Amino acid sequence: MLNGTEDEEKWLAEGIAGIQHKAFYMHRALDSNNLREALKYSAQMLSELRTSKLSPRKYYELYMRAFDELKRLELFFKDDSKHGVSVVDLYELVQHAGNILPRLYLLCTVGSIYIKSKEAPAKEVLKDLVEMCRGVQHPIRGLFLRSYLAQISRDKLPDIGSEYEGDADTVMDAVDFVLQNFTEMNKLWVRMQHQGPGRVREKREKERSELQDLVGKNLHVLSQIEGVDLEMYKETVLPRVLEQVFPDEYHLQTLETLLGACPQLQPTVDVKTVLSRLMDRLSNYAASSADVLPEFLQVEAFSKLSNAIGKVIEAQVDMPAVGAITLYVSLLTFTLRVHPDRLDHVDQVLGACVKKLSNIPKLEDSRAMKQVVALLSAPLEKYNDIVTALTLSNYPRVMDHLDIGTNKLMAMVIIQSIMKNNSCISTADKVEVLFELIKGLIKDTDGADVDELDEEDFKEEQNSVARLIHMLYNDEPEEMLRIICIVRKHTMVGGPKRLPFTVSSLVFSALRLLRQLQGQEGDIVGEEASMTPNKIFQLLTQIIESLSAVPSPELALRLYLQCAEAANGCDIEHVAYEFFTQAFVLYEEEIADSKAQVTAIHLMIGTLQRMNVFGVENRDTLTHKATGYSARLLKKADQCRAVYACSHLFWVNDQDGIKDGERVLLCLKRALRIANAAQQMANVARGSGGPVSLFVEILNKYIYFFEKGNKQITSSAIQGLIELINTEMQSDSTNPDSVADAFLASTLRYIQFQKQKGGVVGEKFESIKL
Amino acid sequence: MNFLIGAFKPACNISITFSDGKSRKQVPMKKENGKTIMVSLFQSKESIAGKVSIEPLQGKKIEHLGVKVELLGQIEMYFDRGNFYDFTSLVRELDVPGDIYERKTYPFEFSTVEMPYETYNGANLRLRYVLKVTVSRNYGGSIVEYQDFIVRNYSPPPSINNSIKMEVGIEDCLHIEFEYNKSKYHLKDVIIGKIYFLLVRIKIKNMDLEIRRRESTGSGANTHVETETLAKFELMDGAPVRDTSIATDIYHFLKDSAHNHVLGIEGESIPIRLFLSPYELTPTYRNINNKFSVKYYLNLVLVDEEDRRYFKQQEIAIYRQQDS
Repeated sequence: MLNGTEDEEKWLAEGIAGIQHKAFYMHRALDSNNLREALKYSAQMLSELRTSKLSPRKYYELYMRAFDELKRLELFFKDDSKHGVSVVDLYELVQHAGNILPRLYLLCTVGSIYIKSKEAPAKEVLKDLVEMCRGVQHPIRGLFLRSYLAQISRDKLPDIGSEYEGDADTVMDAVDFVLQNFTEMNKLWVRMQHQGPGRVREKREKERSELQDLVGKNLHVLSQIEGVDLEMYKETVLPRVLEQVFPDEYHLQTLETLLGACPQLQPTVDVKTVLSRLMDRLSNYAASSADVLPEFLQVEAFSKLSNAIGKVIEAQVDMPAVGAITLYVSLLTFTLRVHPDRLDHVDQVLGACVKKLSNIPKLEDSRAMKQVVALLSAPLEKYNDIVTALTLSNYPRVMDHLDIGTNKLMAMVIIQSIMKNNSCISTADKVEVLFELIKGLIKDTDGADVDELDEEDFKEEQNSVARLIHMLYNDEPEEMLRIICIVRKHTMVGGPKRLPFTVSSLVFSALRLLRQLQGQEGDIVGEEASMTPNKIFQLLTQIIESLSAVPSPELALRLYLQCAEAANGCDIEHVAYEFFTQAFVLYEEEIADSKAQVTAIHLMIGTLQRMNVFGVENRDTLTHKATGYSARLLKKADQCRAVYACSHLFWVNDQDGIKDGERVLLCLKRALRIANAAQQMANVARGSGGPVSLFVEILNKYIYFFEKGNKQITSSAIQGLIELINTEMQSDSTNPDSVADAFLASTLRYIQFQKQKGGVVGEKFESIKL
Repeated sequence: MNFLIGAFKPACNISITFSDGKSRKQVPMKKENGKTIMVSLFQSKESIAGKVSIEPLQGKKIEHLGVKVELLGQIEMYFDRGNFYDFTSLVRELDVPGDIYERKTYPFEFSTVEMPYETYNGANLRLRYVLKVTVSRNYGGSIVEYQDFIVRNYSPPPSINNSIKMEVGIEDCLHIEFEYNKSKYHLKDVIIGKIYFLLVRIKIKNMDLEIRRRESTGSGANTHVETETLAKFELMDGAPVRDTSIATDIYHFLKDSAHNHVLGIEGESIPIRLFLSPYELTPTYRNINNKFSVKYYLNLVLVDEEDRRYFKQQEIAIYRQQDS
């Protein structure tokens, strides 16, 4: 492309030579009145215009050559004594050409004669021409073709006082024609800018400006149509011209004039589309480069637009809500693009919208609703941060105008935005506003039809709320506590269906605060009387107690145990004891289902085992209780497992953990007795042995404590147990159980493995004879 | 070799003329040697009448075993050249055996002849009608003369003629809808239509509408299909670009068409107007005498900047309409 200009010169010369060559034959045909040949060679000549190699400037030179030739052709066409074909037939004949560009040039040429002949209404022919020209979508070729059309039709428009004005042809048709051609040319012109890679963009822009005149000529024609009066200009011409693509900076500078005209337009004119498009265009322009932003400030674009919209809405009382809101959406988008720093603008737009909405009793139009959602979503999209939106005083007021479903939807959008951007809401005030915004999810709204709720949707909503609670965080314990209190205030009114979802989040949030407090303990100990772990534990108790209304004892029990562990961490024995008490009470009074009991017991045992805050007395009490519960489970197998799990309560591997070998053994022996009883019961009830696997499980406990150095567990006891299991397995009454077999086998393999290890462990295991 | 020509010169001149030859419409017909001659045009159930005149060369007499004229309707497959399949064969005896000394003229008539098939010259076969005069002789072989004529039959306009509407595309690349105003066209008809571009993400260079003829001969495994493109008509130069940047920028979270409508984003439409008269079409022939079929298709072809072709073919029926 180094010598691109040179090449272009060459191509242009070739094109001109081609035109001259074909024109020569065309002239010969014209001279001999040979229509067929004339059509053939003129089409060939015009084919030279199909080139894509020339810049607009060079193409213009080529076009002018062809244009001159077409004038000669037109003279020939006009004189039907020479070719003997009527203009109607000629109009068809030229359409036989296979290539579109020559075909349309010829069609326009004949079309102009057709209008002149008045054998058909001018508007019909014009309409046909302007429609058919759509076939050329290549920007440069299309622009020149349409400029040819404009050129040849200029003196044939059915203007007032023109000879082509008739009953069927009015000045309106003339305006329509010019505007349509103008519109299409604009589209082609705009398209040029999107073509080609960025490298040639600059060149394109230059070319485009060269073609600008071509497009602009239409406006010139328009201005010369006599019949256009002010009314028509306002009602028809201006809106359509406005739709077109003027350079954006032009729009910007004439904004005032432009907007001044808008409220005066007739209601039939779709002024809202015009305005919203204008704003969209300006928004895009603003987004295109930061350099142009000062221009916007200079002309006070926002306030002008805002005023204009206000006036239009005021003037057009019948404008449907959706129209007004669409305008606000556009304005909002505009200000977000142009003045991203001016939150007051955003709030102002929302406020105006609230004002408009408050005049409407109830928003039922779904399209309007969608627009409101768009309006509310735009700031979220822009700032990627709900925190900004929370400072907008009108935001919740707009939300109030949504119906229940949409309100929830919007609340979900807000939550999702928070999740997506991982934004942390860190002050109590903002949390308060946020919960006000999403109150549709937090509590039942009056008039909401509960039956219609979709179970899954509801779950998803509540899970989102639960997730949201985790996003509320502040490093300052004081502020965090306030946040928790606010969340608590809001969620507590959620009713029994929502509480199970929100309470756990809230509890864990509070527990996190506890850990936070512990981390800083060294600094603030004793100073802040209001902020003691005790206080938080009180709060926690209250929160969990709220679950009793649901009721959801299993969840409450788990949460109590979590709190107990936290209290353990804070080294507050009586609180931990209190939580355990609560858990045990729940277990005794509320949890009746045997499966739930089993789960609960194991949870309690597990938690209790990890506790190191308790003194001997308290620990004994709790351990005693837990063991007692275990032995009273319904199914023998469950009993057995719970009891051997209790053995761990007497053996904690920590340095100063309790190591009461004797009671461990007692537990295991008791478990064995229960397993045995289970076996016998199974024999009686079903005539076959029960699960041997229980024995193997107990064997594993034996091995565990043996390995950990519990002196009460001896190798001979283990040996005895293995023998017992073997006997059980071989007995006739036992059903073959491959799982138990495998379990036993791998247990024995473990013993083998430990033996081979050698050292202290190996020696210890050596004493077990297999 | 000149003497040979003299030696094998036929002993007489035979001419065949139609009785309404002067007034009857003449249409061009392409001969095998490439020349075009004008021949008479008939349609089914017309009577074919005329005269055969036999004129012996100067001073010669012709002894013959009889003179007859035959009307033959033949289908000739080119792969089987020289073998004609006669689907119509009518004979009129013109003379009993005897001698001809001077010019003798015999009138003949085939009344209301069923000629259900049209004369057709295809890529792999032809269907022709011919009058064949035979002067049978004992020695020197029979003297035979042929006169071609053309048969065309007309159909009334179809009572049902629906438009063709199609939606085609490649997912996320191209989505167009097109419409042809009819599914049945007569030979001088105009195809009117529109193509809507709803989504254009490939760089289209141009778009053509082709008329394709599909001639199939034989049957079953021996079917031979020949497709010719009879017309290639450029519909569009360049391509519209769907610029949806405004919509995608601001409203990408609200994907509903109602919104697009508010913004005035709609498909760009390209007009179709194709006159059929310049092209050498025939009516659609379906299973003619179990020998062949001729069908027509409109093929919409989009060509991209890498010269890849995307096309959609649609059958159209073509019929011959009586000139008004």
